[in-house]
Amino acid sequence: MDSQPSQPNFLALQNACIGFNGVAILRDITFDIPKGQTLVVIGESGCGKTVLLKLLIHLLGTTSGKVLFDGQDWNTLDEKRVNEQRLRFGFLFQGAALFDSLNVFDNVAFGLRAHSRCREDEIEKLVLKRINEVGLKESVLGKKPAELSGGMKKRIGLARALILNPEVMLYDEPTTGLDPIMTDVINELILQTRKNSPVTSIVVTHEMRTVTKVADRVIMFYPLSRLNQKEPQKIFDGTTDELFKSQDQRVQQFINGEAKERTQESENHLNTDEPI
Amino acid sequence: MSVALTREVKSALNKVSQAFDALGDFALFSFSSLSTIIKKPTVGTMIPICFRVGVQSVPVVSITGMFIGMVMAIQVYSQFQSLGLATQLGQIINVSVIKELGPVLAATMLAGRIGSSMSAELATMKVTEQVDALICLGINPLHYLVLPRVLACVLLIPILTILANFMGVFGGSMVCTEIFKVDPYHYWQNSRGHIQIWDLAIGLIKPIFFGAAIALISCHRGMNSRAGAEGVGKAATSAFVWSFMSILVLDFFLSLFFNNLHQFLWPDNSIKSFGPK
Repeated sequence: MDSQPSQPNFLALQNACIGFNGVAILRDITFDIPKGQTLVVIGESGCGKTVLLKLLIHLLGTTSGKVLFDGQDWNTLDEKRVNEQRLRFGFLFQGAALFDSLNVFDNVAFGLRAHSRCREDEIEKLVLKRINEVGLKESVLGKKPAELSGGMKKRIGLARALILNPEVMLYDEPTTGLDPIMTDVINELILQTRKNSPVTSIVVTHEMRTVTKVADRVIMFYPLSRLNQKEPQKIFDGTTDELFKSQDQRVQQFINGEAKERTQESENHLNTDEPI
Repeated sequence: MSVALTREVKSALNKVSQAFDALGDFALFSFSSLSTIIKKPTVGTMIPICFRVGVQSVPVVSITGMFIGMVMAIQVYSQFQSLGLATQLGQIINVSVIKELGPVLAATMLAGRIGSSMSAELATMKVTEQVDALICLGINPLHYLVLPRVLACVLLIPILTILANFMGVFGGSMVCTEIFKVDPYHYWQNSRGHIQIWDLAIGLIKPIFFGAAIALISCHRGMNSRAGAEGVGKAATSAFVWSFMSILVLDFFLSLFFNNLHQFLWPDNSIKSFGPK
C-alpha cells in the first residue's frame, strides 16, 4: 500500500522496557510511527505485542524508557491530560471487551454519552451510522454481547472504538478466532476505516493475510525468552515485500508457520525468565 | 543460626511485608475510590446496582432475619421458662436482634449475596479487558464501577437492617406467643422499656461501616483478580471471607467505641463501658 503523508514521531517509543513480576517482556524498544501509517506488529505469542499496544495508550507504563504521543511523554502528563490524550485513541480489544451489562446500542453510544453533549436523538443517528459502517443492521442494537457471534462482537467493538473519531486505532489481534470470510471482513473494515479518515493504525496480529492486506509497514518482535542479552528484540522493520524477502530464518519460520525445533520447546529456550 | 531457620525467618518476614503491602494497597484503593465522589455518579449507574443490592436482597434478609428470631426464641424459652421468666423473653430476643443479630445478619447476607457477586463481576470485567476498555473511553473505573457499589451498600444496608430487625422481632414473637403461648401483653410490655433510641440508632449506624467494608473489600478483590476462571473464583471467595471477618472485627470495635461514647455522654446510665479505663 502507498504511505500517507506523514508526521514523524506522532507515536514513538524510545528505549522502552517493561516487565511483570521481575520478568522482562519488552526490552529496549525504539521506533517511530508517523501519522497516517498502518503499522502491523507480528510475532509469536508471548513476545509482547499486546503489551506494546497498552504502552502506546498508557494502559501500562514503561519500567524505563519513554513512550511519546504527539511529542509528549505519557509519563509527564497529569491524570486529566492522560485521559484527554487517550480519547484520541480507539482500541479494538482481542475479545472485543464489550460491556456485558449493556446492550449493543449502549455499548456503542457509551463514549458519546460520557464525552459529548449530543442529544439522545443525535446519539442514535451516530450509533446507527457506525453500526452500518461495520456492516451490521439495526436489529442487533437491542442484543446483549452474550447473544452475539465472535465476528459481530469484533465489529461492534470497532464501531464503539470509532464513535469518538479517534486519530489512532489500535487493533489487538482483530481476526483471531474468526473464520476466513469474517477475517477478510475485518481486514476490509480496517482498510475502510483508514479510507474514511486519516487514522494512524497499529495492528497486532498473527494472521499473514492481515499483514499482506493492510500493512504499510511491518515490525516483528521475538520473545525475550529466546534471545540472549545482546540480541535486539525487534528482529524486522520494513515493508510487506521486504518481510517476505527477509533472509532471517526466524522471520521465515514465522511467515511459513513452521514448527522446526519448537516441538522440543523448553530445551531450546536460551533464557526462559529474563529479569528486568 | 542454621540455614533452614534463616530461610524460615526470611519467609515469615516476607509474608509480613506482603500483608502490609496488601493493606496499603487496599487503603489506597479505598481512598482513591471514595475521593471520586466529587463527581456524583449518574442515576443510570446507580439504579441497577441499588436494585440488586436492595430490592433483590429483601427475600433473603427477611427469611434469615425471621428464622434467627424464631431460633432464639426456641433456644431461650426453656431456660427462661424453668425460672418462671417466660414473659421476659421479648426483652432478650428483641434486644439481641436489634443491637447485634439484625445488623450483623443483614451485613453477612449482603456480603454473601452481593459481595461475592460484585467481586466476581468486576474480576470478570478485568479479565475480559472491559476495565481497560473503560479506561480507553476516558472513564475512571473507580468512579464508574466502584463508587456506585459502595454508595448502594452504604445507603441500603440500614434499610435491610431495619427489615432484618423487624422480621427477627416478628419471628421471635410468633414463636413465643403462638407456639409457647406466652402472654402477648406481658411479652411486649416487658420488651418496651429495654430498647432505647440509642440502641436503635447504633444498630443502624454500625451497618453503614459494614456496608462500606463489604463493598470496598469486594471491589478491591475483584479489581485485583488474577486471570482465568480460577482467579475469578478466588476473588469471589476471598471477597466473602474478608468481608465477613471485617464485619465481626468492625462490630467489636464499633460496639466498644459506642458503649464508651454512651458512658461518656450519659455517665449515670446503666450501660457499662468496658475496655481500658
